[in-house]
Amino acid sequence: MKRFEFIQPSSVEEALAAWEPGAAWLGGGTNLLDLMKIGAMQPDRVIDITRLPGLSGIETLSDGSIRIGALVRNSDLAVNATVARDLPMVAEALLSGASGQLRNAATVGGNLMQHTRCNYFQDPHAACNRREPGAGCDAREAGDRMALLGWSDGCIATNPSDFCVPLAALDAVIEVRGPQGAREIHVSEFHLLPGDNPQRVTALEPGELILALRLPPEATAFAGHARYLKVRDRTSFAFAMSSAAAALKMEDGRISDARLALGAVAAKPWRAAEAEAMLSGAAPEEALFTRAADAALAEAKPSGDNAWKIDLARRTAVRALLMAAAGTPARIPALPASPFGSKVGDLAHA
Amino acid sequence: MSPSISLTINGEARAVALDDPRVTLLDLLRERLDLPGTKKGCDRGQCGACTVLVDGRRVNSCLTLAATLDGAEITTIEGLALGEELHPVQAAFIENDAFQCGYCTPGQIMSAVGLISEGSAGDDPERIREGMSGNICRCAAYHGITIAVQEATRNMIRTDKEDAA
Ligand SMILES: Cc1cc2nc3c(=O)[nH]c(=O)nc-3n(C[C@H](O)[C@H](O)[C@H](O)COP(=O)(O)OP(=O)(O)OC[C@H]3O[C@@H](n4cnc5c(N)ncnc54)[C@H](O)[C@@H]3O)c2cc1C
Ligand code: SF4
Ligand code: FES
Ligand code: FES
Repeated sequence: MKRFEFIQPSSVEEALAAWEPGAAWLGGGTNLLDLMKIGAMQPDRVIDITRLPGLSGIETLSDGSIRIGALVRNSDLAVNATVARDLPMVAEALLSGASGQLRNAATVGGNLMQHTRCNYFQDPHAACNRREPGAGCDAREAGDRMALLGWSDGCIATNPSDFCVPLAALDAVIEVRGPQGAREIHVSEFHLLPGDNPQRVTALEPGELILALRLPPEATAFAGHARYLKVRDRTSFAFAMSSAAAALKMEDGRISDARLALGAVAAKPWRAAEAEAMLSGAAPEEALFTRAADAALAEAKPSGDNAWKIDLARRTAVRALLMAAAGTPARIPALPASPFGSKVGDLAHA
Repeated sequence: MSPSISLTINGEARAVALDDPRVTLLDLLRERLDLPGTKKGCDRGQCGACTVLVDGRRVNSCLTLAATLDGAEITTIEGLALGEELHPVQAAFIENDAFQCGYCTPGQIMSAVGLISEGSAGDDPERIREGMSGNICRCAAYHGITIAVQEATRNMIRTDKEDAA
């Protein structure tokens, strides 16, 4: 690991002032430290933000939004009573990610910012446009699990976060502060597609710090019918091959509003607006869910040896919609977000 | 800046001068504080061998920079027993053959202690397996591990009730 200067500011102002090009914010460290050990990231200065005051709360604002501080640990967020009740698919997604130990360390800000798990990004000896602009992309030759949507010739990596998938479905807003002051970024504009500029991964400007995340009041209206489904190589402790966050608002047996976002298929959590439009106003039936999933993946293109993933992503979406229609379980299943965790017809609280 | 930190390790206050901010908690324990019970497997958060409690919560010590821990309370496998009396999780691991080579065991035990205090698994084997999935066992002693965690959970709940009575 390259040597770095370690700084531990005690206020947001001090932290922002300590930033300089080549510096990195340190949250739980579960991603940054890992990448530093293998040489994929080499900051000169590490700024430990975990002691900054005021960034560890979860509160309901007067308009009904839920505001979550950037330093809230993934495990604490998942078991928070408000989140488990009003944003169940956020809790389910969090609990399906990483391990108990990692979730205890991982922060909200770090999870939003976590880097791709592309093997070639992680290998400093491989060519990677994301790490080194213009170097090329070794994944093009060998990658078989890469992106299906929104990829470019320059980069076919996917965003690995589970948490960000329901956030995309629920229109989360990210509050940031930087040298130019404070601003808010809608989650749909936060993670960027690679285009000609794969090294630019998020809309965060140099020196900007995430302070909080906000879920709008509408997000809680889906609580009765909201599921996250994650398909992976083993039942637990593995990244998604494909995932989906599906949420329905039901009125008189019909869907009055729908949300669908797909994970592990693009450089950002993929919101499926066309599918949502097809679902709204219709009766919840498998044939409809299949048509909606087809629409969600209509633009999907293999980026390598991964045509199989299109089918998998489509089936994941259908199953997530069926599970959402059956209702949110009263308690998060023993195997969160697993296709084996609960049966589609299981009893639900709403 | 080369930070100096003070922390409590297994109940004992320690002051540590760090000459290098790159030192992880895992390397601090093993290489500098003569506490080699905590094991290094992958050094990347993938195996759980390095699990310890920081302020009562289980974390991977390989992904924790020691410099961030000023004021923290650390519990390692060396600090779990009360004198000669084993911690209920340690006793249950022995009772139920929950290991073969033993390399992953300190991490398994610390993770189980953390899981039990999180309180979300109870003695449901499926929830225990899920809750312990961050600890890999190369010898595949998973069957015994699950039973040991179930048994320790029941014993600890029983003791808590007796203490309260
Ligand atoms: C073995 C393993 C398995 C995993 N499995 C999964 C999984 O199944 N699903 C999943 O979703 N994730 C998984 N993860 C990833 C894990 O969720 C992330 O590592 C974690 O969420 C990152 O949070 P952190 O606080 O530790 O971030 P850090 O490592 O501290 O930081 C990560 C990045 O975010 C930046 N950053 C941190 N905080 C802020 C802030 N407030 N503002 C701006 N930038 C910031 C850092 O500079 C860094 O670039 C896994 C990780 C490991 C090691
Ligand atoms: S897919 Fe993207 S991250 Fe992976 S090697 Fe290519 S450029 Fe790098
Ligand atoms: S050594 Fe820390 S998780 Fe493997
Ligand atoms: S007992 Fe050998 S690795 Fe678990």
